Amino acid sequence: MNNTENNISATGRALGDSTIEIREMHKWYGEFHVLRDINLDVKSGERIVVCGPSGSGKSTMIRCINRLEEHQKGDIIVDGVELTNDLKNIEAVRREVGMVFQHFNLFPHLTVLENCTLAPIWVRKQPKAEAEATAMKYLERVKIPDQALKYPGQLSGGQQQRVAIARSLCMSPKVMLFDEPTSALDPEMIKEVLDVMIELAEEGMTMICVTHEMGFAKTVADRVIFMDEGQIIEENEPEQFFNNPQSERTQLFLSQILAH
Amino acid sequence: MSNSTTEQKYEPGKHPSMPPPFKTRGIMLWLRENLFSSPTNIVLSLLAIYFLYKVLPGVLDWTLFDAAFVGEDRNACKAKAGGACWAFIGERLRLFTYGFYPEAERWRVNLAFLMLVLSCIVLLWENCPLRKPLMGFVALFPFAAAFLLVGGNGVKLLVALACIAVVLMLVYKGFSSLFVMIIAITAAVLAKIIFFGGFQLPFSDLQIQGLVDLDQYDQLNLKKVSTDLFGGFMLTLIIGVTGIAFSLPIGILLALGRQSNLPIVKYACVVFIEFIRGVPLITLLFVASTMLSYFLPPGTTFNLLIRVLIMVTLFASAYMAEVVRGGLQAVHRGQSEAADALGLKYWPSMRLIVLPQALKISIPAIVNTFIGLYKDSTLVIVIGLLDPLGIGRASLADTKWNGLTNEVYLFVAIFFFISCYAMARYSLYLENKLHTGHKR
Repeated sequence: MNNTENNISATGRALGDSTIEIREMHKWYGEFHVLRDINLDVKSGERIVVCGPSGSGKSTMIRCINRLEEHQKGDIIVDGVELTNDLKNIEAVRREVGMVFQHFNLFPHLTVLENCTLAPIWVRKQPKAEAEATAMKYLERVKIPDQALKYPGQLSGGQQQRVAIARSLCMSPKVMLFDEPTSALDPEMIKEVLDVMIELAEEGMTMICVTHEMGFAKTVADRVIFMDEGQIIEENEPEQFFNNPQSERTQLFLSQILAH
Repeated sequence: MSNSTTEQKYEPGKHPSMPPPFKTRGIMLWLRENLFSSPTNIVLSLLAIYFLYKVLPGVLDWTLFDAAFVGEDRNACKAKAGGACWAFIGERLRLFTYGFYPEAERWRVNLAFLMLVLSCIVLLWENCPLRKPLMGFVALFPFAAAFLLVGGNGVKLLVALACIAVVLMLVYKGFSSLFVMIIAITAAVLAKIIFFGGFQLPFSDLQIQGLVDLDQYDQLNLKKVSTDLFGGFMLTLIIGVTGIAFSLPIGILLALGRQSNLPIVKYACVVFIEFIRGVPLITLLFVASTMLSYFLPPGTTFNLLIRVLIMVTLFASAYMAEVVRGGLQAVHRGQSEAADALGLKYWPSMRLIVLPQALKISIPAIVNTFIGLYKDSTLVIVIGLLDPLGIGRASLADTKWNGLTNEVYLFVAIFFFISCYAMARYSLYLENKLHTGHKR
């Protein structure tokens, strides 16, 4: 890594070294070229919002970062580990990268508490009592400790998504990936999830967030990335991005989503 | 329809919770709702009642009121009453239960059956007291039962049980499975050499001698009983329980193998499943009884019952594999993705996340396969094993009792119905228990 001196983010915080480096990454689904020449550097502590029209490859890109999708060309280096076909590397990366899904993907046959303790116990080999204590700490942070013994099916969507965030945090990840975390929620539940995410951002978590919540982007993002047709079209600080978009495609996109 | 006189109005947000309408109480209401709710329903209900009125008395008369429960032979029965002759079944009850198992040794069958009942209680009843230590008993049950039924040298059994117990303890302590496997194989080979006499290494003339002759310790010996003498319900239970116990795990492995990314594993599983499913069970049983000895190296003899057990298990496994595969496909992809994203490896992710959900979805189909397998065990009659139907047929040949076909088949049918219905009820209970969303 050549970047040793600390950078200063848009919000004036000190940022560390690169946590994620993506170099000239391409991905194909069969014949279809989904991701084209993606280059992205994410510093430790940086908050990045990825937006763009549907089908632009946003989700696919962040799913490549923890190898839920395989890339065919280029390099992805997460926390100093290069993602290759080596299962050891993939597991090492996944241990350090948390992910929150659009549809929560909680485990319906386990209680909320068991959802949160499963990975610490089986992956980090923590004793059960310790894992449960950590889980309760994070459940309190997302403000649902009283639901710990319920099953996911008994919670509202917003509560489920907060459990999903707590479940990822229990692994003490270095990076959190959010894949449209509020898209499947009723409007009145979006805020409770965003509040948790903002709080997390303010504590200095490295985050990459695919979302259409432009308010969230303006509040916490250090950088906004706009993607279309598998390419990164524009990349800027939120203020510049919203007030002075460079490319025509970005301007069109912004006018469409901000019109509502 | 507005009768505002009886329905009080509330401010928005002030409406109290009220009990559901008074609808489903009382016998008359229940009758009206369930039997006489519509013209079609009324006609069907009346037809059903008329049918029962016509048929039920006859059935009850034949099976109970006009039936003879004691009697020397068929004529004594028929002289007494015009109904069923249960005296015949009474006389043959032991034959139906034990087959030709020697009279003096039948306590062993009873003991094994008791152990089976206890194992089932421990396995199926989640709140059973002392469940954890009793699980050890369940793990050792198959070996103990085999020893009880077949007989042989008890010391050998104890040695084998001790080895298994040690392995179980190591696994329970959380040693890596590879390590445990190496220890287990070494222990098994050593035990074989030291206690069970020597063996000839395959493909060579090298003979390894046993060090201890266990046959001198005969205090614990049980008289050997040939499996040819097994029969009746006991045989049904042996085949059914073995098949059920092994077909599920084998089926799960086959289903996972079929979804594997490794082509060799995948196609081996596909070929196995498709071959076994594509062939009637009877053919497989014939293969088991005759052909297998051609395929295997000369000199290897395999007990017929064991061959049948293997074939029945494999047959059920192939079906089970497809049932489980259906369940696996019904589990949302997001589940294994979430497990991956949390850093779980393949096996933990399957065992802790995907399989519990897949198996829960497949419970009805799994139990369906179990019931099918259990009933298919009657097919062993074609290769000369005496299952209850075989015993029945043999009994019918008795001139003293000839012509009592109805009694025999009804009796066997009731036995199968009770066991299968119990399985069906348990599966319903399990489905309810595992339901974790909003209860309806």
